[in-house]
Amino acid sequence: MSTSREALPVAERVAGDTLMELRDVEVHFQLRTSALARLIGGAGATVKAVDGVNLTLRRGEVLGLVGESGSGKTTLGRALLGLVRPTSGAIRYAGQDIGRLPERKLRRLRRKLQMVFQDPHAALNPSMDLQTAIGHPLRIQKLVRNRAEERARVVEALERVGLTPPEQFLTKLPAELSGGQKQRAVIARAIICGPELLVADEPISMLDMSVRARVLELMLELKRDMDLTYVYITHDLATAKFFCDRVAIMYLGRVVEVGPTDQIFSDPKHPYTRALLAAVPDPDPERQVPRDLPRGEIPDAAAPPHGCAFHPRCPKAFAPCGWEARDLRAMFERRWVRLGEEAYAEEAPLVSALDGVDPGQEEARLPVPSGRTAEELVRLFDAARQEAPDDPIWRGVARVAAEDGAVVVRFHTGVDPAPVPVDQVSVACHLYDPRLRPPA
Amino acid sequence: MTDPSSRSRVEVRPVRGPAAGPPPSGPVLTVRDLRVWYGTESGPVRAVDGVSFELWPGETLGLVGESGCGKSTLGRGLLGLLPAGAKVAGSARYRDTDLVTAKPREIRALRGPHLGLIFQEPLTRLNPLLRISDHFEEALRAHEPDLSDEEIRRRALEALRSMGIPPTRYRAYPHEFSGGMRQRIMIALALVLRPSFVVADEPTTALDVLVEAQIIRILADLRRNYDTALLFITHNLGIVAEACDRVAVMYAGRIVEQGPVRDVFARPQHPYTRELLRSTISLSTTGLHYIPGAPPDLVQPPSGCRFHPRCPQAMRVCRERFPRATTVGEQRVECWLHGPRELIPDGGDEPLVREEAGVVDES
Repeated sequence: MSTSREALPVAERVAGDTLMELRDVEVHFQLRTSALARLIGGAGATVKAVDGVNLTLRRGEVLGLVGESGSGKTTLGRALLGLVRPTSGAIRYAGQDIGRLPERKLRRLRRKLQMVFQDPHAALNPSMDLQTAIGHPLRIQKLVRNRAEERARVVEALERVGLTPPEQFLTKLPAELSGGQKQRAVIARAIICGPELLVADEPISMLDMSVRARVLELMLELKRDMDLTYVYITHDLATAKFFCDRVAIMYLGRVVEVGPTDQIFSDPKHPYTRALLAAVPDPDPERQVPRDLPRGEIPDAAAPPHGCAFHPRCPKAFAPCGWEARDLRAMFERRWVRLGEEAYAEEAPLVSALDGVDPGQEEARLPVPSGRTAEELVRLFDAARQEAPDDPIWRGVARVAAEDGAVVVRFHTGVDPAPVPVDQVSVACHLYDPRLRPPA
Repeated sequence: MTDPSSRSRVEVRPVRGPAAGPPPSGPVLTVRDLRVWYGTESGPVRAVDGVSFELWPGETLGLVGESGCGKSTLGRGLLGLLPAGAKVAGSARYRDTDLVTAKPREIRALRGPHLGLIFQEPLTRLNPLLRISDHFEEALRAHEPDLSDEEIRRRALEALRSMGIPPTRYRAYPHEFSGGMRQRIMIALALVLRPSFVVADEPTTALDVLVEAQIIRILADLRRNYDTALLFITHNLGIVAEACDRVAVMYAGRIVEQGPVRDVFARPQHPYTRELLRSTISLSTTGLHYIPGAPPDLVQPPSGCRFHPRCPQAMRVCRERFPRATTVGEQRVECWLHGPRELIPDGGDEPLVREEAGVVDES
């Protein structure tokens, strides 16, 4: 039971003309604030789920949106179908902007734009038999005149997804199906109106290893037979490598690297892409290699890091990456994890001013606690630097100096990374910006 | 991934655990013919059906298989955490206690200082109203009542530190941590009592790739830093390759193959192990492969070898008779392809014709 990706006709793999065009797409969510806060004019925090994405989706390609949870990949996928309205930017499809269309017109477009959800158990109504569930879009879109016609279309869809003999499946309820069969039913419902684009959000992550390949294979068959274009949303790099023609790596609402799959995987450029690739466990025990994993986790999207969002975790970060006062706090926490409780008890009171610093401050002002001296505090920074000289934060520190009753740590000015073309890839990282000088 | 069955034989390197010579103390856990079943209206579900294995100090045993093969039931059964109505038979010897016949009160006393569990969903296992410090104090007070406050704090901070949680976060609440941090806190909570046997049930399934890799690293380091024996339940073969010494492959309530990870992954002896390895999609995958059908209904499992309806190498005997466990090198395998020949009746080694195999539930 094997198929090879290469078995597909070459023409299939060559991307065609533009199907959809995304320009500076932003989806920002306003966090709820109290009525009082709104009255006195305090704006609540904003989560920038998608924060300025530019992408071109070509007809007939499989574009992967890859990232961890919180990267904005699902929100972006939903925006492509008009399920979430962008707060700014444009999503051009068939001469219209999906983000600005009224619901009435969007509904007509949804014949062409469909979604396959992650959890097939939740995506099917447990009390609807397959004929009703899969035929539902036909009735909504008024594409059939009577039950007989609907039944014929459902039978055809069931055959396409391999739920055969279809007559046996028409009356089945979701509970009578295996996970793989449910996902096929969800796919049948997505293709029954003859779509152009399928957005598949982690379509196989809830399935057993033994059937994942079968569902991917089915999706490739359908793509070939029905001229589909896919947006494949996943956190799984291994399936993305196999399944996608192009891959966009997302981090905290932005595309940090996008390009042809083979280039991204053979020569990853962004340090985040490299980290992701290094983290994939390999089922071959002979190929195990020691690897450097980035520290920490994806940050809070309501208070994203200054400059490049990846800089606090990046092993290659340098002066312009956006260092800020909050990074000092994280540096001390790492130090105390290494040195243990005595160091924590001794040093924490000296730098307690770092506890509540606001995001985006390129200068940290630490008042000297009573009974201590500024020299002590400066010495602490020296000691921290000596203990972990390779910590990238030191590349960002411009100076540490005592200034009237306080010690001031000043960082280099942070710059927001803009996409830079390298080969056929576009990467948003200062390491590739010729105007900035990366460390030797 | 290249087809493991066709890959050239690789040199077997020494593996930790029993392969490297059993430590004098003997296994932490000896399981013999363990059975767990649940009563349902249509009959008993034989979730675990005659499982035997050993676990040595400092060893990590990966337990893999598709969902519905009995992995979690086995793990929970060993810790006495099965739902009411489940029946257990056979034996599972932990030091001087048989966990199958022990009274609930005895098992409860063992859980914590001797037997630990790391769950899949850390947020549902931490009390949202209690600080992290309260969780540690409660666990340590309950099991080691003689500890002083200072000692409790020191032990807790040390356990957290080994998981990379800074002391600044000791008084925080569970919701103030990210998913990966919570899972580390769960691991620290399980290890602070220094249990000798821990079950980790899909501990990284809910986590992101990078965080998953961090947790795997931590669990892989466990066997070096502590003498904890770990039963690592997962469906991800990549994780097994990375973090385990030995692997047990479960199918329909049975362990169909077990042995050192390197041996089993390089030369799988059971067709199910081989097919499972082939269907795993990794970064080196160039072709898709899957196992037709789905794991069987455990109320009425197939006759003979339970994998025979899905097995590409099924023979006639596979449908008639239950396979005997045999050893191939350091691997233990339940498959008629490895004999014993004298038990196979005449003509039993002829291939099973597909139609004869009966209707397979299409995946």
